[in-house]
Amino acid sequence: MTVDTLFSWLGSLIPAMEGSGTLLVIAILIPCLVLFLVVAVNAIIMVYAERKVAAFMQDRVGPMGQGVGLHAGKWGVLQTVADALKLLSKEDIIPEKADKFLFILAPFVIFIGAFVAIIAVPFGETVIVADFNIGIFYILGVGSLGVIGLILAGWSSNNKWSLYGGMRSAAQIVSYEIPAGLSIIVVIMLTSTLSMQGIIEYQSGGMGNWIIFANPFTFIAFFIFFISILAETNRTPFDIPEAESELVGGFHTEYSGMRWSFFFLSEYANMLVVSAVAATGFLGGWHSPFPGYFDSNGWSVFWMLSKIVFLIFIMMWFRWTFPRLRVDQLMNICWKVLLPISLINIFGVGFWTLIFG
Amino acid sequence: MGVIHGEEMVLNIGPQHPSTHGVLRLKVKTDGEIISEITPVIGYLHRCFEKHCENMTYDQVIPYTDRCDYLAAMANNFGYVVAVEELMELKVPEKVEYIRVIMAEFQRIASHLLALGVYGLDIGAFTPFLFMLRDRERILDMFEMTCGARLLYNYMWIGGVSHDLPKGFVETAFQFLDYFEPQIEEYNELLTYNKIFIERTADIGVLPPDVAISYGVSGPNLRASGVKWDLRRNAPYSIYNKFEFDVCIGEGGKGTLGDCWDRYYVRMLEVKESVKILRQALAQIPKEGDVHQALPKKIRPPKGSIYSRTETPRGDLGFYIVSDGSPIPTRVKMRSPAFTALSVLGELAGGWMMSDVISILGSLDIVLGEIDR
Repeated sequence: MTVDTLFSWLGSLIPAMEGSGTLLVIAILIPCLVLFLVVAVNAIIMVYAERKVAAFMQDRVGPMGQGVGLHAGKWGVLQTVADALKLLSKEDIIPEKADKFLFILAPFVIFIGAFVAIIAVPFGETVIVADFNIGIFYILGVGSLGVIGLILAGWSSNNKWSLYGGMRSAAQIVSYEIPAGLSIIVVIMLTSTLSMQGIIEYQSGGMGNWIIFANPFTFIAFFIFFISILAETNRTPFDIPEAESELVGGFHTEYSGMRWSFFFLSEYANMLVVSAVAATGFLGGWHSPFPGYFDSNGWSVFWMLSKIVFLIFIMMWFRWTFPRLRVDQLMNICWKVLLPISLINIFGVGFWTLIFG
Repeated sequence: MGVIHGEEMVLNIGPQHPSTHGVLRLKVKTDGEIISEITPVIGYLHRCFEKHCENMTYDQVIPYTDRCDYLAAMANNFGYVVAVEELMELKVPEKVEYIRVIMAEFQRIASHLLALGVYGLDIGAFTPFLFMLRDRERILDMFEMTCGARLLYNYMWIGGVSHDLPKGFVETAFQFLDYFEPQIEEYNELLTYNKIFIERTADIGVLPPDVAISYGVSGPNLRASGVKWDLRRNAPYSIYNKFEFDVCIGEGGKGTLGDCWDRYYVRMLEVKESVKILRQALAQIPKEGDVHQALPKKIRPPKGSIYSRTETPRGDLGFYIVSDGSPIPTRVKMRSPAFTALSVLGELAGGWMMSDVISILGSLDIVLGEIDR
């Protein structure tokens, strides 16, 4: 565990301060800083990727840097940086009748929800900030913190569109946490641990040992989980809280500049986290798909990232292909389709393990 | 199961809203997501079209018609010049008639492509919109090739057209049609038969044929309700009686007759029919001939009045022109198909959800320029 290792390493580096509170704070702050960079860089890369993926799917070229002078770099790689600079320099508008305190608080609540979840995401045997023994439970828990921010944003803006967005997202995200959680229970039943590293350890030894291929029920559970996380991260076809063509911007209608970009940042951070959970729970985490090959410590980050990127790519693919569902249809799918199937899944996995395991 | 009623809230959709297709304001009474009453408020784009017309000569009106239905400017030109020519009892050369039909049908494809694409956008699908705009662009290129303009053409003149078809137009047009026809299948795969799209559009906003007729709804919206009425077939103008084509009607393919999906799909079918007409017209068009009629500089139609209708992409476009024999019309009245389509919205949208209102409004394919005039 990184914080502990860092703490004792710092202690050995400066023997005079060994075990002091200052060192502990430093040992906590360093991984936080690294994670913040990971989140920021992730957002920059994902926004660029989203633009390019969208462009190629729509028979366009996307952002391209051409011409002389200020431009967005070769193939537009600096487009997101330019965007970020633009957002930073924009005027910060707070509506007169908004609830100022909550209005300012909301983006941070959302961002913190996404940000703190990352500390339990393992990128390798030792590349993890904190390997809790309840890791996956923790991620599901703090992951739902974001919805409070969404409601706050929707309510405090004092705008009917924002309120619609906030209400829709509350209904949607809270509902979809249930099938997502029930699908994770399937994983926990097999691995009998809540620790992220423990779950990954269970799946060591190549693709055949991945939980998604463990039995037919886990295979279905993966897809239920994937659909649920699409809804939890407000991605198409479940992007009704922001539904551009209906609600203008949904909960972030009144936000602009850097505050708005925090919503964006946390959306991409959320995508990273939920994809990481899906990769950990069902796709073998940081293990190589080929037993014995490229399975060393150095490769683990590569495998984890490539699994995450693959899942995020699928999310983008969905976004640029599917239309959007209506709010009641969304609820129907959750409560009448996904929930019963995931309940049956739990029984199925139980019996399967009893009979064949 | 009981229905819970909450406090009602008045919500303004527009005039600045991504899905009102222009500057339309919808005053909506809602109970949460459910809409109880909807009142369209129009007039934000009113430019005194009809009053302007009373102060200028007959040919000066044509550019104004462009700006009414700016997504189908050719069709508006066509409607106006047909009315004036009927008033003057003027016969135009056959070649001109062919050119006009070709332009009007290309315009119909372009307009329907935009309507279908934007409808997809309203439902939340972004990609079909760009695919359709990509193909619409090629039609606009052909218009640009012919008359230099891409949106507002002023192409059809009284007694002729402004320019002859340029060299190589017919070949380009055939190339486009060959490319375009398979594309329709792609749109269908991507959007029309998408499960989510069908869920969002089938059985939503059903417009029964009798209601449609009593409101005076026309064009694809009327045909989607199963009424076989197309002025190109029922009251042929120009040379439409020379061509073979079907009048497409809604059949309730995915739900009830006259729902949003039908209105969408009828447009898709009409695009195919337009391609059919274009193939015939492009093959038959006379090679030689003048595209202008010798007319006096100031057009003075005889005293009298005329009401003439044409089928634009949005439906039955009527022009009522009163002439007192002077070069300036006494009255020009435009009967807009989009206006009647919008007026039926209140009837359709009550009781549906917030998202459905956007879906229903999109399926009516209104253009505010034509409604406000």
